[in-house]
Amino acid sequence: MAQVLVVTSGKGGVGKTTTTAALGAALARAGQRVVVVDFDVGLRNLDLVMGAERRVVYDLIHVVQGAAKLSQALIRDKRIETLYLLAASQTRDKDSLSDDGVERVIGELRPSFDWVICDSPAGIERGASLAMRHADFAVVVTNPEVSSVRDSDRIIGLLDSITDKAKHGEPMEKFLLLTRYDPIRAGRGEMLCVDDVLDILCIPLLGIIPESKEVLQASNLGSPVTLNNPKSAPARAYSDAARRLRGELVPLVVPTDKDSLLSKLFGRRAA
Amino acid sequence: MPTERPTTSFKFRGGCFHALVLKPEIPISTWLADVDALLARSPGFFAKKSVVIDISDLSLTKQNFLDLLDELSRREIRILGVEGANPSDFDGRIPILARGQAERANSAESPAFASSTSSPTNSLLIEAPVRSGQLVVCPDGDVTIVASVASGAEIVAAGSVHIYGTLRGRVLAGAYGNQRARIFCRRLEAELIAIDGHYIVAEEIENHFRQAPIRAWLDGDALKITKMA
Repeated sequence: MAQVLVVTSGKGGVGKTTTTAALGAALARAGQRVVVVDFDVGLRNLDLVMGAERRVVYDLIHVVQGAAKLSQALIRDKRIETLYLLAASQTRDKDSLSDDGVERVIGELRPSFDWVICDSPAGIERGASLAMRHADFAVVVTNPEVSSVRDSDRIIGLLDSITDKAKHGEPMEKFLLLTRYDPIRAGRGEMLCVDDVLDILCIPLLGIIPESKEVLQASNLGSPVTLNNPKSAPARAYSDAARRLRGELVPLVVPTDKDSLLSKLFGRRAA
Repeated sequence: MPTERPTTSFKFRGGCFHALVLKPEIPISTWLADVDALLARSPGFFAKKSVVIDISDLSLTKQNFLDLLDELSRREIRILGVEGANPSDFDGRIPILARGQAERANSAESPAFASSTSSPTNSLLIEAPVRSGQLVVCPDGDVTIVASVASGAEIVAAGSVHIYGTLRGRVLAGAYGNQRARIFCRRLEAELIAIDGHYIVAEEIENHFRQAPIRAWLDGDALKITKMA
C-alpha cells in the first residue's frame, strides 16, 4: 500500500517540481515502485522535468473525469521501470479536478505503488488544496528567504486544517526540505540560515539541497537531477532525503560540488 | 430545629444569545394589525424564536404593558424579556434585559467584573504554533499561546494575550473594549500590537524592545512597552 506524499510550498519557483522528480527518481532507483502525479493543471511542468512530454496521451483530468483508465494514463519512465508519471493537463483548468475524482484516483494508485508523490501547484487555491487533501504526509519545500518561509508557514497551517488527516483529528506529518541553500552566503548573513528557518517553521528537517547549476541543467535535459548526475551535490542531497523518507538515519550533511573542501557537517539528525 | 444544609457553591456563567427584538409602535392596535398581517403571510414566523420586546420608545402603564403581553401570547409569540423598561415599573412577570454594551462599558470601571470575564472557562490555551494566515479569536477571555505566532498570523482577544514564544504576527488584546488588557511575550518581533484599539506597528516599536521579552499595557491612550527580566 502506497504512502501518499504531497510536495508543496505555497510560493512558486522554490523547487517543488524539481523535488518531486528528484525524490521520485531516487526512491525508484532504490527499487521502490513510485508514481509522480502532476497537480499543476493548466501549467504542467513535471512531464518536462521527467523528460516524458512527448509521450503524454492521457492525463490526470482524463482519469478524474473517467475519460481514460488509469493504466492508459500512467507513463512509465524510460530509465527506471518502477517509476511512473501521471501528467497534468495543459489545456484544462483546475476546476476540472473534482474532489471525489481525485480521491478515487489516489485510492486506485495506492495498491499498485509504494509511493505516490503529488506535485502541488503554487498558491493556496483549489489545485493546491486538492493535491494535499488526500496525502499521508507532506514535504514542504522552502528557500532560505523570508517570503518563501512565510508562505510555507501558511501552507503548514493549511496542512493542519484542510487535509483529510487533519479533519479526522490525526496529526499530519510535515517535513521541511530547504532548497537552493548556499552555506557560504548563509554564513555571511546574505540568506536565512537553517536555524532561522527551523525556528520559524518548527517542523522536522528532511534535507538541505544546495544551490547548484546542476539542477537547471538536469531539468533542461528532461531528467530528474538524481538521475542526470547522481554524483552531483544536489543529487546526493536528494538521495539522502529519499533515504530518510524510507526511515533510514542519514547524517545531515550539505553536500557541495567541491566535495572534501567545503562539505559542512551540521551535527544535526534529520527527520 | 430545621436541618441546615451546608451552602454548596453552584455554577453559573454569563452568555450572549441571539434574539429577535420586536419594537412596538404607537398606536399599538395598528402595530398589532401589522403583526397579524405578517402572521397571515407567514404563520410560522415567530415559531420557536426567542423574542424580546423593546419598549424604550413607548411610555406604557403597567396595565398597557400587561395587555400587550397578553395580545402577543394570544398570537403565540413567546416573550423572553423586555428591553427599555424600568425595573420598578412592572412586576416580575418578564425579566428586564440590559444591553450588552452597557455591561461592557461598566466593566471597564469595575475590576470585579473585569476579573470575572477572564475566568478560566472562557480563556483559550493554544499549544501549537500559530501559522501565517491563521486567525485566533477569543471573544470572552485571555489567550495563552505556548508556541510562536508567525508573521501573518493574528490573535484577537477580549482579555490579555500571553505568548510563551516569539511573537512575529499581530496581537489585538482588549479588542472588545478592555483598557486593562495586556500583552506578554517572550520575544517581540511583532508586526503590530494593539490594546483596546490603541496600536503600534513594527516600525514604531523601539529597537531595544525587539527580540526582548516584553509586556505591553495601556497608559491612558498610550500603548506602553517594558522589558521583562
